[in-house]
Amino acid sequence: MRSSTRPTRRAVARTLQATAGTAVVVLALTACGGSDGGGEAADDGPITLTVATFNDFGYSDELLAGYTDEHPNVTVELIDAASAADARTNLTTKLAAGGEGLADVEAIEVDWISELAQYPDLFTDMTDPALDGRWMDWKVEQATTPDGKLIGYGTDIGPEAICYRQDLFEAAGLPSEPDEVAELLGGEDATWEDYFAAGADFVENSDTAWYDSGVATYQGLVNQVDFAYEEEDGTPKPLAGNTEIKDLYDLVVEQHEAGLSAGLVQWGEDWASGFQNDAFATMLCPAWMTGSIESNSGGVTGWNIADVFPGGGGNWGGSFLTVPASGAHTEAAKELAAWLTAPEQQTAAFETSGNFPSQIEAQESEQVQSFVNEFMNGAPVGQIFSNRAQAIEGNPFKGPNYFAIHQTVQQGLERVETTGEDPDSSWEKSLSAYDDLGL
Amino acid sequence: MAALTTTQPAPTPDAPQRAPRRLGFSQTLGRWDVKVSPYLYVSPFFVLFALTGLFPLGYTAVVSVYDWNLLGGQGEFVGLQNYADVLSQETFWRSLVNTLSIFLLSAVPQIIIAITLAALLDQNIRNATFWRMGVLVPYVVAPIAVSLIFGRLFADQYGLINDILGTFGLDPIGWHRDRFASHVAVAAMVNYRWTGYNTLIFLAAMQAVPRDLYEAATIDGAGPWRQFFSVTVPQIRSTVIFVVLTASIGGLQIFDEARLFDAGGLGGADRQWMTTVLYLYDVAWGNQRDLGRAAAVAWVLFVLILIIGFGNFLLSRRIASSTTRTARVPRSVTRRLRAEARAAGDANPATTATTATTGKTTSTTTTRRDS
Repeated sequence: MRSSTRPTRRAVARTLQATAGTAVVVLALTACGGSDGGGEAADDGPITLTVATFNDFGYSDELLAGYTDEHPNVTVELIDAASAADARTNLTTKLAAGGEGLADVEAIEVDWISELAQYPDLFTDMTDPALDGRWMDWKVEQATTPDGKLIGYGTDIGPEAICYRQDLFEAAGLPSEPDEVAELLGGEDATWEDYFAAGADFVENSDTAWYDSGVATYQGLVNQVDFAYEEEDGTPKPLAGNTEIKDLYDLVVEQHEAGLSAGLVQWGEDWASGFQNDAFATMLCPAWMTGSIESNSGGVTGWNIADVFPGGGGNWGGSFLTVPASGAHTEAAKELAAWLTAPEQQTAAFETSGNFPSQIEAQESEQVQSFVNEFMNGAPVGQIFSNRAQAIEGNPFKGPNYFAIHQTVQQGLERVETTGEDPDSSWEKSLSAYDDLGL
Repeated sequence: MAALTTTQPAPTPDAPQRAPRRLGFSQTLGRWDVKVSPYLYVSPFFVLFALTGLFPLGYTAVVSVYDWNLLGGQGEFVGLQNYADVLSQETFWRSLVNTLSIFLLSAVPQIIIAITLAALLDQNIRNATFWRMGVLVPYVVAPIAVSLIFGRLFADQYGLINDILGTFGLDPIGWHRDRFASHVAVAAMVNYRWTGYNTLIFLAAMQAVPRDLYEAATIDGAGPWRQFFSVTVPQIRSTVIFVVLTASIGGLQIFDEARLFDAGGLGGADRQWMTTVLYLYDVAWGNQRDLGRAAAVAWVLFVLILIIGFGNFLLSRRIASSTTRTARVPRSVTRRLRAEARAAGDANPATTATTATTGKTTSTTTTRRDS
């Protein structure tokens, strides 16, 4: 046995040497032509970079293979969590455990980025003058820590429009063409009053509710409040004295009592079935929602998008790619994140998943501008969502405790809509949930 | 090895005939072997348990007296403040009531159905293995798949069960709206998964019941029911205790089913079906982000499980032994018997005393729920 292994071993070694030699030559050749940032040294060994995202970021295999074509020593692996909540738990738990097991590039949702920005040391500073002007200003602002570090590159944004069921509008005798609907809801100066008034008109002539969920509608309202739950410096406003929020709460409850809401919980079973049972006629519709509407509708057609949003523009959601500081290849990961969030790649991602790019150049690109959504009756979604993105004014402040306080109010509304709880006692429960947070 | 070594001849060659009965080292070794080896053989489990079970338990106790943010890490020492915070949160008490309610709704029917099924499977039926394995199928289904299926069944507005109720002209049940209904739904998922598992444990125990007991019972004129209650149940007493204990431990730790019952995973907007473990999870990883408080919840739950587990142990012992009491031999009698046996030079005194009480079966089952 012994004698027979030796030549084999030597042969293996020879093969290895040969392969390594070829690899070095290939690397050297491609490194000369391929590297644009100049960050990647030619003698870098082969590495694998992992990218952790959630839902669907639209990073297809072909897209990622494109990166390997440009950087032959880098293999990119995608880990896609089923939901943002899963990704959030995974990320925070592993950060708490010292960063072991995190992906090289971690996606973060806008609603929880400020919470993580409290610990800037956990993330690589991604400030890069070469990328100035790539994103909309407020997008960059959201990922910037108080001391000026940039902890993430913007991927998509969620400019909101109104998605509606054209067929149900027709049946109820309302104008149903997209520009007519936009006009019906108030056009350029659309207000929430217009939206709710049209809803009251609609439910009078139909068995269908006006919108799917009061919680979602509240989300649209809150996204237009500059300092919803926290002061400018991040200190939480006591919920009991927050009249602005209480007014919004009352407003949504009022619409529910008027029968405008289908009272469904978004992402729940009933909500998903509601699409197929004509449960509601309109939805607040951030760009990424178009994908969910399509996948839930299962055969029900008639959806369309009106280029309008009550109360001006609004942004709901949108994510960032960050590089945890504990990673083994933070420089390479940063380069990958920059590449993924470059206008070309985000344009490709938009075509795959409907996630509207946050890059100015991508938004203005011909591909995005001319993109139509077949399912939405051929609505020119690229055009509509760029208009909606331009309508967004200001950047509502979302501090470290935004998500936590927001959820206490949301659940107050959910109680009213789903369990039929009295609005006042439900508000009391939200107040005590706020106290439990121990802020 | 050493136990098998025979007595060595005495080292002194000029000794007359036999060496005096004196303990050589190898004999000492042999005695140690008999006494110590069994503990060494079982030690790997206990070493592992100390590392992965006891250490976290102790560490949790340490965490519970500190201000401990998930991301921020260890903060100041706060003593019992975390316990006070937790006990003063209404949600905690609500979760506790939910847990007990779901536990009762799942454990009681589960054990009754399991023992009945096991008794049926214990009969002479065709394709016995097929049926016996059949009951285990739900256990193999992943919780997430179970929750998907049951989510469809128990949806409030467009769910299958409410549709069926509707065809009979009954009002739909608010499976996610009504607190008690939600407990029934969550318990149904738990029962679906665990009944088959318990059935097999009961079945294994029943298989070990001596058949001549049934023959004797039949001759005495006992019908199937009488045989079940007077022979089967008392004979599988220790297994019943085991199952009740594991079911209560598992039942108080219900998490998956409750978390997956809706999209939010927090037990409903009004915490209708939030269990204590779900509450713990929410405190640590949810919006409170407070590992200190979560650790306090864990300890409260730990103590509670000990109390309820012990209570169940006592209760199930009484129930299982009330029908026929097996002859119990007091320890003093055992001791006396052993002493007598030793005096009489019996090589293996242990067997004489214990065989009197056996007839019970011991179940060889592994640990149950993992979370």
